[in-house]
Amino acid sequence: MLTQTLPRSTAFAALEALARDRILILDGAMGTQIQQLGLSEADFLGRGSGCACRHATDHPQKGNNDLLVLTQPQAIEEIHFRYAMAGADIVETNTFSATTIAQADYGLEGAVFDLNAAGARVARAAMDRAEATDGRRRFVAGAVGPTNRTASLSPDVNDPGYRAVTFDDLRTAYGQQVRGLIAGGADILLIETIFDTLNAKAAIFACFEAFAERGERLPVMISGTITDASGRTLSGQTPTAFWHSVAHARPFTVGLNCALGASAMRPHLAELAGVAPCAICAYPNAGLPNAFGQYDETPDQTAAQVAEFAREGLVNVVGGCCGTTPDHIRAIAAAVKPFPPRALS
Amino acid sequence: MSRYLRLSGLEPFTLTPDIPFVNIGERTNVTGSARFRKMIVARDYAAALDVARDQVENGAQILDINMDEGLIDSQAAMVAFLNLLAAEPDIARVPVMIDSSKWEVIEAGLKCVQGKPVVNSISLKEGEEIFRHHAALCLAYGAAVVVMAFDEEGQADSFARKTGICARAYRILVEEIGFPPEDIIFDPNVFAVATGIEEHDNYGVDFIEATRWIRQNLPHAHVSGGVSNLSFSFRGNEPVRAAMHAVFLYHAIRAGMDMGIVNAGQLVVYDQIDPELREACEDVVLNRVPKAGGTATERMLEVAEKFRGGAREEKTRDLAWRDWPVEKRLEHALVNGITEFIEADTEAARLLAERPLHVIEGPLMAGMNVVGDLFGAGKMFLPQVVKSARVMKQAVAVLLPYMDAEKAARGGEGRETAGKILMATVKGDVHDIGKNIVGVVLACNNYEIVDLGVMVPPQKILEVARAEKVDAIGLSGLITPSLDEMVHLAAEMEREGFDIPLLIGGATTSKVHTAVKIAPAYSRGQAVYVLDASRAVGVVGALLSPTQKAGYQAQIREDYAQIAARHARDEAAKVRLPLAAARANALRLDWSGYAVPAPQVFGPRVIDDWDLAEVARFIDWTPFFHAWELKGVYPRIFEDSEKGEAARALFADAQAMLAQIIAERWFTPRAVVGFWPANAQGDDIRLYTDETRAEDLATFFTLRQQTGKREGRPNVALADFVAPAGTVPDYLGGFVVTAGPEEAEIAARFEAANDHYSAIMVKALADRFAEAMAEALHQRVRREYWGYAPEESFAPDQLVGEPYRGIRPAPGYPAQPDHTEKLTLFRLLDAEAATGVTLTESMAMWPGSSVSGLYIGHPEAYYFGLARIEQDQAADYAARKGMALTEVQRWLAPVLGSAAPAAASVAA
Repeated sequence: MLTQTLPRSTAFAALEALARDRILILDGAMGTQIQQLGLSEADFLGRGSGCACRHATDHPQKGNNDLLVLTQPQAIEEIHFRYAMAGADIVETNTFSATTIAQADYGLEGAVFDLNAAGARVARAAMDRAEATDGRRRFVAGAVGPTNRTASLSPDVNDPGYRAVTFDDLRTAYGQQVRGLIAGGADILLIETIFDTLNAKAAIFACFEAFAERGERLPVMISGTITDASGRTLSGQTPTAFWHSVAHARPFTVGLNCALGASAMRPHLAELAGVAPCAICAYPNAGLPNAFGQYDETPDQTAAQVAEFAREGLVNVVGGCCGTTPDHIRAIAAAVKPFPPRALS
Repeated sequence: MSRYLRLSGLEPFTLTPDIPFVNIGERTNVTGSARFRKMIVARDYAAALDVARDQVENGAQILDINMDEGLIDSQAAMVAFLNLLAAEPDIARVPVMIDSSKWEVIEAGLKCVQGKPVVNSISLKEGEEIFRHHAALCLAYGAAVVVMAFDEEGQADSFARKTGICARAYRILVEEIGFPPEDIIFDPNVFAVATGIEEHDNYGVDFIEATRWIRQNLPHAHVSGGVSNLSFSFRGNEPVRAAMHAVFLYHAIRAGMDMGIVNAGQLVVYDQIDPELREACEDVVLNRVPKAGGTATERMLEVAEKFRGGAREEKTRDLAWRDWPVEKRLEHALVNGITEFIEADTEAARLLAERPLHVIEGPLMAGMNVVGDLFGAGKMFLPQVVKSARVMKQAVAVLLPYMDAEKAARGGEGRETAGKILMATVKGDVHDIGKNIVGVVLACNNYEIVDLGVMVPPQKILEVARAEKVDAIGLSGLITPSLDEMVHLAAEMEREGFDIPLLIGGATTSKVHTAVKIAPAYSRGQAVYVLDASRAVGVVGALLSPTQKAGYQAQIREDYAQIAARHARDEAAKVRLPLAAARANALRLDWSGYAVPAPQVFGPRVIDDWDLAEVARFIDWTPFFHAWELKGVYPRIFEDSEKGEAARALFADAQAMLAQIIAERWFTPRAVVGFWPANAQGDDIRLYTDETRAEDLATFFTLRQQTGKREGRPNVALADFVAPAGTVPDYLGGFVVTAGPEEAEIAARFEAANDHYSAIMVKALADRFAEAMAEALHQRVRREYWGYAPEESFAPDQLVGEPYRGIRPAPGYPAQPDHTEKLTLFRLLDAEAATGVTLTESMAMWPGSSVSGLYIGHPEAYYFGLARIEQDQAADYAARKGMALTEVQRWLAPVLGSAAPAAASVAA
């Protein structure tokens, strides 16, 4: 039965205790780090890495970053490790698009369980290495992305009642992803970059199901994204309405990520902090992308804005999204260090 | 963070302590609003969204959405409506309450909303296991829940049962499932008080005290309820009901009730209730012994009489207006539909006026303008307007002789009218109530009406239109072949060079058909669909106005072009199966072990010993009110805050005429019924000459749905409900009933006396009689003639929802749209000789108040709509029936998909 009466995992209790003590640090962007590796189609397929892709497909795989946890595991592990050593307490798995829905573009629907399990294992290996280096406990957050479809918006302007994806499609796809992540050793599930709350609700439902099977509750982090000057999600909700829609997950954190950078995020984050009793998490982009799609904000610039969140007492967990690097995370960790976390009841 | 009920749409809603009471609107609830139900049944989601928008604009904090209607796929309707609603930010900003008695509908709804909704409702009715299951799903979907005080033993009626069940539900929810207590809303059941049954006396107290107990003992939970049940025994007495609700809410809210479904139009302010009435209400609500002695119910009944429709009684009794100046008296008589003094007043006005025409153009038109304005503003309703027209006609009748005399003397000028409108029911169709109503409404607005009656051939319409130099033509039709007649007439108007507006109305017509088929045939002028009489004046006014015409016409053309394009797109997108595939997915009932008794009578039997009073008990009044454009469900319509008064007055008039019809035997109803041994063969139903089933007597041909169905839903044809040949013996019945030909003659007499109101009334009642006969006869068939349900004991008023076994589908209606099947039925029953009912060339039955159909006896038979079918079935059907394909295509045109869809999409 789907309940909220299951026992919590040990990581859950440990995280909550830590989050009361200090502001926790989440890692930064994975995509930018992968780009810097300059991988070819052959690299994506794992030729020569000793981990050739076992999943047959006719689609070109260059750009399918999630596949690298299978075909370039050392490279991905190294990125995780660098973030951990830059100060991250929590790193996100490289599984943002590892659902049957998002992998359909690459013809790799059959690989999703492997992608998620391997994604969690690679991150776990990096964290074990970091813990062995400095003795600090690290956590793996299984990244659950929004997919490329919306359950409460019609892609056809002439037919507002049409839906390209249903709740049940998403629930099934997320169910596979979440089970894979848990099997690979994820401590946390991070439902992120939510632009349509109904998609997120399907992911939450899948978590309820997976937890019921497992007999314990893992901590869930929920992160929306507001890219609109109106201060609403793409699907039209205000931050408070968004919180009311996802509160039933009883998450470890709720917050915002990505979008227009830290300063544009501040008022919405403040609104969430005013209504949600759980921990608050923020991981903005390094400002706005320039004309070439690159992010120009330096580590100090981003860190200064994130430190403002901390100074105002708005946050419990901070990190970076698109355009941020291990240097940004190091700068953020240093900048928020003087401030206590937002008080939790 | 305080434990408040927090919901959301696009925007949040938090039930904070400074909100004493959340009133949940029920206008988007098919069980609470007949208007909304009609829209949903008709899939008019645009109008349905307007209702929702209206509620939000008027301050609704939560939208209750309920699609529990037997005629529709409630689950599909819930999904469709919620998805469309999500695309309307001004509506979707508030949270929804997903309301259904079926869990599947609720769950389908939960999968469509990104906000946090309320589920209405779950309960322990089916035991703890199912309750836990539903509650756990509500938690995982992120919804608050309404929990009914209902358990395995039934609905809780006492304080002990209400609190016991709520406590048990609370414990399971909070302790076992971890449901947030602030997300629980208990509904401890509001029941009727003052019913005269002693056990009911404490129901008000039980609810209020259970509410208090819940709020004190079940932390953070809320209490809601449907208030209108309370005053059920005072139906029809609006002031008393409103007072009871106000008193009940006053006490229940103080005890902690913080949500509820209340008809806002039915609320009065507690402090402003007459003290005597208020005390009587408190006595029944709080179950107190009245100060004056006796029981609270007795006291309430006494007081209730005194306050019954207080305002209305005063209006009719108060004759103060008789002292007003004559112009004001005429206006008053027109607005209130009073004929009593109209002749004397008109004569008095004539004596004061310079010329008789001035009385019409002066005070009478001034009065009718007031009527027109009130009607336009929705403050008067159609029956009242038709009554006003009767007053007007009678006044004009007084003046006519003087005007004729004056005209003869002076060769003088006629009267200026707003325009001349020709009205006709098309060839082959006999129905004219709606057309007559539109005619009366237009006449009230100073249009001159040329009414050609029913079954009017196109050449006659065009001849008269030319000779009389009419300014517009209005066409009406009720049966599907009339649609083609209208297209034909439009084409004829085009050919003969007409350019005057063509108005289209009647039950089978639609905006889509007008846009797609009629308007394109008449490009020189404008064909326009008129939804009902209340729209007619605006449409005609705009089309005849030199200043507005061009703009209005451009707007219609743009609108119709869009509708036609959308229609084409929808058609192209619809998945329809080839006939073979549809047959492969036929409904397969299990006939092994099925046995139905042989009918008591075979062959045609004439029934002419109808007791009109008995038939009247079977009348379903809801469609009667619809005929008068009062949309609502009988008897609830009497309580409607806007239409209630008009509905009550209309019903009183109907009852008076009904008494006369019965006492004076105005109608001579006749019926014929017959049964035959029958078995299905493919999509056909074979009738045999006798029980040996060796020799064929006749065949009824049926049509099969071709729409793509969801998994597990069959593509059904009527033949599926009859046992296939070679299984078990089965039977088919048929009937024709008519209220008799007298209605037309009686209506004509009323019209001659300038009484359109009574003319329309007698026709509307004759229609109801025919339908009531069909219902009464069907019961007799089940109990006696066929006799498969001899023990059935439904009272007439319980038959409205068709709870009984078996159906009586009519040829020409949704399950079998081919009207020509009536020919077989009439031949088998020798119906014309037996009943006097004849078929027109369009297969309409004359007289109009007649009903025919087939009887099918299988318990799982149901009414369905065929929807669109494909050309492959038309060809197959033509071959089976031995009818030319072009003939079949003509008769089935309204349901037939286009001949070459591929070519159409290439052209687009």
